[in-house]
Amino acid sequence: MCAMTSPRSLSEVWSEAEVVRKSFPHSFSDQIVTDIYGNVEQITKQVLSKKESKRYIFDQRVDDVVTSKWFGYPLMLLLLVIVFWLTMTGANLPSRLLSSGLFAFQDQLTLWFQWIGAPAWVHGILVLGVYRTLAWVIAVMLPPMAIFFPLFTLLEDSGYLPRIAFNLDHIFKRSKACGKQSLTMCMGFGCNAAGVTSCRIIDSPRERLIAILTNNFVPCNGRFPTLIVISSIFIGGAFAAPYSGLVNALAITGLILLGIGATLLVSWLLSLTILKGEPSSLVLELPSYRRPQIGAVIYRSIIDRTLFVLRRAIIITAPAGALIWVLGNIHMGQESMIAYLAHYLNPFGQLFGLDGFIVMAFILGIAANEIVLPILLMSYLSTGYLQDFASLDALRTVLVSNGWTWLTAINVLLFTLFHWPCSTTLLTTNKETGSKKWVLLSFALPTLTGLTVCFLLTQGARFLGLV
Amino acid sequence: MKKTQRIDPLADLAPGSVCRIVSLELSGLLRRRILDLGIVPGTLIRCIRRGPSGDPTAYLVRETLIALRSEDAAQISVRTLLNGEECV
Amino acid sequence: MNLTAEQKRVLWEDRFGISLADGQIGIALAGNPNVGKSTIFNALTGLHQHTGNWPGKTVDNAQGAFLYEQKSFLLVDLPGTYSLLAHTVEEQIARDFLCFAYPDVTIVVLDATCLERNLNLALQVFEITPKVIVCLNLMDEAEKKRLMIDVPSLERELGVPVVATAARQGVGLTELKQKIVQVASGSLQTNPRQIVYSSEVEKAVKQLLPLVGSLANNTLPLRWLALRLLDGDRSFLESLSSYLGVDPCWEGLRCAQ
Repeated sequence: MCAMTSPRSLSEVWSEAEVVRKSFPHSFSDQIVTDIYGNVEQITKQVLSKKESKRYIFDQRVDDVVTSKWFGYPLMLLLLVIVFWLTMTGANLPSRLLSSGLFAFQDQLTLWFQWIGAPAWVHGILVLGVYRTLAWVIAVMLPPMAIFFPLFTLLEDSGYLPRIAFNLDHIFKRSKACGKQSLTMCMGFGCNAAGVTSCRIIDSPRERLIAILTNNFVPCNGRFPTLIVISSIFIGGAFAAPYSGLVNALAITGLILLGIGATLLVSWLLSLTILKGEPSSLVLELPSYRRPQIGAVIYRSIIDRTLFVLRRAIIITAPAGALIWVLGNIHMGQESMIAYLAHYLNPFGQLFGLDGFIVMAFILGIAANEIVLPILLMSYLSTGYLQDFASLDALRTVLVSNGWTWLTAINVLLFTLFHWPCSTTLLTTNKETGSKKWVLLSFALPTLTGLTVCFLLTQGARFLGLV
Repeated sequence: MKKTQRIDPLADLAPGSVCRIVSLELSGLLRRRILDLGIVPGTLIRCIRRGPSGDPTAYLVRETLIALRSEDAAQISVRTLLNGEECV
Repeated sequence: MNLTAEQKRVLWEDRFGISLADGQIGIALAGNPNVGKSTIFNALTGLHQHTGNWPGKTVDNAQGAFLYEQKSFLLVDLPGTYSLLAHTVEEQIARDFLCFAYPDVTIVVLDATCLERNLNLALQVFEITPKVIVCLNLMDEAEKKRLMIDVPSLERELGVPVVATAARQGVGLTELKQKIVQVASGSLQTNPRQIVYSSEVEKAVKQLLPLVGSLANNTLPLRWLALRLLDGDRSFLESLSSYLGVDPCWEGLRCAQ
């Protein structure tokens, strides 16, 4: 074969190159880089002149505060609280408007379906199943995302995010991981699948795997609605109006800190066991602070992130909505399929302070975390389709009448934080790691953590007679 | 240009001081990374600040602020310049 | 370069997963990370983008098309890298594309606020391909830092067109497009500055150069090839042998002998 000749002659040249390289007095590669920089310096000497600049001083001043011993950590925490507070309070009104608009349109849809004489089951699947679930997901997800992502992009563009990695690196080093993992976690707040993809910024394969496997320990946008609603009812709701918003933001921040703590702990445990190794190196560039371009921030965060995540959620939610309607409307004896499944899962759920409906909602929520709460409410009300619940009081009544206590609420919050990743994240993990083994582990780690925490809390509370 | 003849690890440099790279004892990918960033023998480097807990440390080199962990900076040998007359 | 348009189309499709339309001019966009490369990419191509992964790699690949002066261009966004000495997958991808895909024009985006580190990459690109345009971005930031860059003398030093831009403000992009057209059509000749190595390195290159010359067809930059082989870069050896193995021109040459 003539194709065989070229590799052979290439290998000859290669071995000749090796001989020359070995006869070289020191490292050939190092000399090349040093020489290139020598050439570069000759050029810059000709073309570059510097004047004393206030810019460096400005950067230094900001860094003095942002990375200082005393203000560095509190400032990060404060920013976290502010971002969530803005997201939650800002999303309130648009969410309500969207939900009333979309549900009003549903009535219109129903009229059209009646007008063309569509059978009841078609109307049921398409309107009460697909449309209603989509409407809920859009109303609940879109506003917080449209606020959270621009805020996040703003921080990203300003140059602050690398400072987070700078501040937190030593903590990650102690967990034998990489400081850049904190950046992938920040991304995970938006979407865990995007967070998993962003782990490419970590050079060491071991540390990248750790970051991928633990990304799900920070809650994504799909889980925030559940966290926010449950915490508003059971934690924020316990305080008077002017404080409830802040208390809520603090509660969510606390949960996130718990997630971060779990990330560090699990990273450390992984480093001691199956991903054994010492922390590798960190080369982190700290760019100058820049004034973000508002237009670019909005474009990028809305087009690239918000609409991207929303589109994916819609693609997954639509069939899930149809499935849920079908399950809720096929009866086995007295009960709908949903109720039947829930009763079957109930003993398992009770062990962890949950119930069968909650466990089932989480299982179906593997499609997308956004639909956990809608499924739950739908099955509690067993009216066969999703309820629109404008008022938290009405929601509270539904939950409490289904046997929820403060312990159930906390367990749901914890399990929302610690449970299996959604299908998209699992697929992304498979793509990034190329191995079913790691996908399985990324499923098992948060799930086992959640089950353990809920079990201990529930059994402890019951033992002490608190509930 | 006054210089001390002492060779120190970069990690020992105090914030504010300037030095010149003498040699790199690092290996593998990190060595190449560091070289590519222009940290080659002869390069001036200024220690800017330490992280809130004392590690990592940010260095200014060729107009860029780069953070390195102390373990890695310990494997870069530098010669401290007495007076900061050579600016980075 | 002796590749026909059709051969090039096949090469881009098969090896890089990029579909070049008939008569379309292929442009590579290289640069360090965080130099505003994607801002320039977005500004030039608008919404006509296609994103995916490089074949067999988990590295993003973005391509975008644009029209200028009745010509059609395909802009390929290479991964942001500090170097092309191929220590990471991103660098291998960028290097292989520049070396084996023969882009009609290569734009190297430089961050004007840290010129030295960015010129390191530019000079490496110059060794591979002559048709280069340097886009000196973030000029506004450099001004704020009171870094004065003499663009005409930089152009002289580098031997290629240098366009100063502030892409976030949209400054300099029209000039960039004009230069792309001129360099692609050949009406603007480039003569990129070649790196002068220390005498030991030059001696080693001289030793190996005749062997390399007998090895490769004349489309590849021989001096650079010799340097990579001397560098002992295994990932490059793999790319090169797979390239030599599949390149139809090369096979034809060998079989004819």
